[in-house]
Amino acid sequence: MDLENQKRVKDLTEQYAPENIVVLLGAAEGEASGIAAETVTNGDPTFAGPLTGVSLGLSVYHVCEEEVKEEYDPEVYDEQVSMMEMVLDVDEIAEEMQAIREQYSKY
Amino acid sequence: MPQASPNPSREGRRRGILIKKTIITPEKARSTYIIDFERQEYRFMNSVLKGTGYVLVHTPDMVIHNGTTQTTERIVNPDSDYLKQLKAHLRPYERVLAYYPNQTYIGNVTPAELAQVDGPWQDLESPVNDRYGAFGEIMPQDEFYLLVQAVDEFELVYLDRDFVAKTKEKLAQDPIVTEFILKRIHEGVDQAKLKQLIEDEGAEGLYMNDVIVGAVRRAHDIDTNLSAHVMIENLVSKASSALALLYAVKNADINPDDIEYTIDCSEEACGDMNQRGGGNFAKATAEIAELSRSTGSDVRGFCAAPAHAVMVAASLVKAGTFKAVAVTAGGSTAKLGMNGKDHVKKGLPILEDCLGGFAVVITEDDGINPVINIDNVGWHAVGTGSSPQNVIASLVTVPLEKAGLKVTDVDYYSPEMQNPDITKPAGAGDVPLANMKMIGALAVKQGDLERSELNGFVERHGLPGFAPTQGHIPSGVPYLGHARESMLKGEVNRVMIVGKGSLFLGRMTNLFDGVSFLVEKNDGPKAAEAAVSSEEIRQIIAESLRDFAQGLLESR
Repeated sequence: MDLENQKRVKDLTEQYAPENIVVLLGAAEGEASGIAAETVTNGDPTFAGPLTGVSLGLSVYHVCEEEVKEEYDPEVYDEQVSMMEMVLDVDEIAEEMQAIREQYSKY
Repeated sequence: MPQASPNPSREGRRRGILIKKTIITPEKARSTYIIDFERQEYRFMNSVLKGTGYVLVHTPDMVIHNGTTQTTERIVNPDSDYLKQLKAHLRPYERVLAYYPNQTYIGNVTPAELAQVDGPWQDLESPVNDRYGAFGEIMPQDEFYLLVQAVDEFELVYLDRDFVAKTKEKLAQDPIVTEFILKRIHEGVDQAKLKQLIEDEGAEGLYMNDVIVGAVRRAHDIDTNLSAHVMIENLVSKASSALALLYAVKNADINPDDIEYTIDCSEEACGDMNQRGGGNFAKATAEIAELSRSTGSDVRGFCAAPAHAVMVAASLVKAGTFKAVAVTAGGSTAKLGMNGKDHVKKGLPILEDCLGGFAVVITEDDGINPVINIDNVGWHAVGTGSSPQNVIASLVTVPLEKAGLKVTDVDYYSPEMQNPDITKPAGAGDVPLANMKMIGALAVKQGDLERSELNGFVERHGLPGFAPTQGHIPSGVPYLGHARESMLKGEVNRVMIVGKGSLFLGRMTNLFDGVSFLVEKNDGPKAAEAAVSSEEIRQIIAESLRDFAQGLLESR
């Protein structure tokens, strides 16, 4: 996850408390989603950014996952994201995300 | 019935009256014609893709010393394993020549042939492995250093005397390198002088296998915009751009003096502390290519710049502002080895070991070369929004609809053409494929394609990626050379070039950007079925002479 975004997540978590934060990812594939998810839960696995060694344990989802889709206005989702369901390997992404959550999410 | 001449403007100007006329055909299409009265001929005022040039420069030492992933690592983590392992993963020149995507980039392997070779390609050896290709060449590092010195006007580049002596002969064998360039190569200095420049004056070193063979000085003692680092980046961009431009002009088979305007579309900035991005790489490069009648300017748009530049160039020619325009761009040392950490981690070679350059020459319609159709360009506007749907709609489906075309009417799409060998191990997926899936997915959403047809559409109308990840280089334009060849052979009718750019990197806007246009097979001289009959031509002449006379009367 890029360093600026890591800093933002860290700052927002300090400001609002981790149980009040949900991170929503828009990565294009499984591996990238997994790395970003791990970054905001267990810490930056690439040891590059402000979340290196910082385990925030945040709640994290990919925008195409079924669990979070229920929260959206379906029209907005249709307009902004639905097309990507035909492009991304949503199953692969969901699998990665589930695995990371089970291992590292505390909230 | 009027026939169209192959090049009316040039001959017409010598003989008689040439008039540019805009006519609205029965189909309500606006067409601008050039009418040659003496020869009773007319031609559509379009711009065509007259020639292309594509070059790679193999620069393994520059990966280590100038790629930002490596320079950053040296600052942040100087003892890192990555830096220690890096050298062992650099490919020798022979392997770079025998690499399928590189041979595709310079024109010896077609995208269709590349698609037949199952990737990943980095462990394969292409039987086609010539340094020179239909569109350009893959230049080795040593010769390139001499070219960098040759394009330097300000005595900033110093090369080792022995190195120059043995390399100049090699460079002179390159058919594209001109006497003009060779004459600009200095004898060189000794090692002591190079060491002094590097150690005492902060010059940047030029290395061959870790041996210092050159140094690039700063151009000012305190101005950071003229630091040795900036100068080396800019001179490398200029040199690789000039190389590509020479090929484009040669392949266009025109007199270099015909080119009246040059546009540079790389991502570097040249200037000083008072005008940091003042620019005009274009004119500097045109000077090296001896385009003595050309002026120029730089177009900047991050990765989308080449598409912007070609669109601007085509418009200049179509409007009659200039007869021939060149678009050119050199490579970026900063991006060398950018994804190196992922490549080394996965046991791959450093695949980002080449600079990329490209150039195209655009001229008035000659009845032969592919037409750059800018009647219905696509563009991502300020108000377009960033959702993939809106982006792809603005660049692809909206302009096609305006042109009365379906998504399947385009034979091939050329969006971002990055080599997937480079991007997949770095977690960025197969970029051309992702773009094609998005185009197909949008067509499905709009009801122009069945969901079940999506994969077939992607396979039929997509191309494998083969361009180096040199920023602006992969965006849309790598396919122009191959598209032109296919169209001249009559194999392909229509392609769409899509350029996209990430503007947020400059921290001036979070907006995305892109433009697109079609390139179409030239259907030859315009003849009988056109709306303009010889009677109408006589009328046009009469009207024009009346207008002219009226003008004279009114101005009295």
